[in-house]
Amino acid sequence: MTELRALYTLWLREIKRFIRDRARVITSFVQPLLWLVIFAGGFGARLTIPGINYQQYLFPGIIGQTLLFTAMFMGISVIWDKEFGFMKEILVAPVSRFTIFIGKMFGDSTAALLQGVIVFVFGFILGIPFDPITLLAALPIMLLITLGLVSVGLIIASFIGSLENFGAIQTFINLPLFFLSGALFPVSGAGVPEWLKVASAFDPLTYGVDALRTVILGSAWPSLQPLYVNLGVVCIFDVVMIGIGTWAFSRMK
Amino acid sequence: MPHVIETHQLTKAYNHSLMAVDNLDITVESGEIFGLLGPNGAGKTTTISMLCTILKPTSGTATVNGYDLIKESHKVRQSIGIVFQDPSIDDRLTGRENLYMHANLYGVPASEQRDRIDRILKLVELDDRADDLLRTYSGGMRRRLELGRGLIHYPKVLFLDEPTVGLDPQTRDHIWRYIKELKEAHDITVVLTTHYMDEADRLSDRIAIMDHGKIVILDSPPNLKATLEGDVITVKANNIQYLQELVTKWLGLNKNHIVDNALEITVPSGKSVMPRIIELATQNNIYVESLILREPNLEDVFLHYTGRTIREDTTKERHGMAAAHRRAIK
Repeated sequence: MTELRALYTLWLREIKRFIRDRARVITSFVQPLLWLVIFAGGFGARLTIPGINYQQYLFPGIIGQTLLFTAMFMGISVIWDKEFGFMKEILVAPVSRFTIFIGKMFGDSTAALLQGVIVFVFGFILGIPFDPITLLAALPIMLLITLGLVSVGLIIASFIGSLENFGAIQTFINLPLFFLSGALFPVSGAGVPEWLKVASAFDPLTYGVDALRTVILGSAWPSLQPLYVNLGVVCIFDVVMIGIGTWAFSRMK
Repeated sequence: MPHVIETHQLTKAYNHSLMAVDNLDITVESGEIFGLLGPNGAGKTTTISMLCTILKPTSGTATVNGYDLIKESHKVRQSIGIVFQDPSIDDRLTGRENLYMHANLYGVPASEQRDRIDRILKLVELDDRADDLLRTYSGGMRRRLELGRGLIHYPKVLFLDEPTVGLDPQTRDHIWRYIKELKEAHDITVVLTTHYMDEADRLSDRIAIMDHGKIVILDSPPNLKATLEGDVITVKANNIQYLQELVTKWLGLNKNHIVDNALEITVPSGKSVMPRIIELATQNNIYVESLILREPNLEDVFLHYTGRTIREDTTKERHGMAAAHRRAIK
């Protein structure tokens, strides 16, 4: 019971901090719009995908990208807390490290999920053809994608001391995961180099984005993997990352 | 339970050789304010960190509120409150939100939270600012909130690590008053580290002077000063080193140190010695600028037992100021 209340309060704090950070909320609106309007407008004129237009193809990918970038960025809260001392208040509390990790992870995941939902709303406003009801089916998938990625962000942040280093690692992780996931172009398409296909198979986001496409585009999208395989891979990724995250937090001083 | 805190050969070593805390044996009585006084690097914060279960001791044991530091760390944590040297509040939350968060982390029953938080806010005189974001608070207000926060879960011991570093004199005076009031109102034991002599003197019932990881001497402030047996004479003169040689050699006053270009001499009876110092100086063509007689303070006690002044090391001061500055600009 005590642990549950601690979990709740940690979760609530992340949400409050997220909502109060107006600059971040506004920036997070703009980026998906740029992708969906400008990038899709120009790139889509060249790239043809059978059965669907490029904007439709890109849309689930940009949801995945938003989840990825937001989730990883959330790790910054750990560095921030270390830098400004609040982490000490949390770490000396009579609360298990598992609870601390899970509380923070769920809080950050909720924030990332909110951003994903915002992209969904943009898609609707932009007139991308999809059934709004699919949001209900996409939400749990989005949550599953987020949990593991937020964990990765928190793990990295727990090992790193400064904001500068965190930025550098973001570049080395975010962009490769994004490009390899098939969010922007079909990785299984003809002419894609073999090494790229192999690398993309090791990207957890590949499975997440494929699952999202399956749900949002329906029969128009020939899935790379059956839905249960995609979700299975994402779930395993989540469990492993949560395990490592708990360990990483338990060694934090 | 005889003592609130007992340590037995408590030790923290880094890299197998550097003894940050060296076989510490102390007992803290219930209801007292116990001061750990020493310069930067003396091992005060390391000691507190071990007692708060943040750091694992290399060897030795200790009990806090009767709980073993290592085997019952969870219970130790529940029964103590901590105010860290550096700020540890969330400045994107309001004062009240910070307190609620603490109450939830420490398992304060939901039905009691509101009442306790209201009372604490009144006690530290922040009730009118409780719903403002922390980033609009001054350094002193933040410190007060941290002090109050440490008490919400009704701890039996409150640890204060350098509670007034980086604060202006007036705010420090306020904080001292709060610490005394909070202690009375909540009937708790306080363990305090400081490198400010006046702070230790004003607040502590007993002071342990710490240096190089060891307790040099432990007693009440009046007793500590009494151990010096006498007065302190401060002489300013143009050739201070020579004067030091002379008083040691001819007057046999060997309890002396040069501090800030002045010679400080501890003597049993100052009045009778002062004329002889002037006489000696004049005979040797030393010009005495001033001669002050005063009662010994903790600074002298520290100097006497460690051979150096606590002020020689001001890095911590600058560190504290930097932290305060960072707080202010954020």
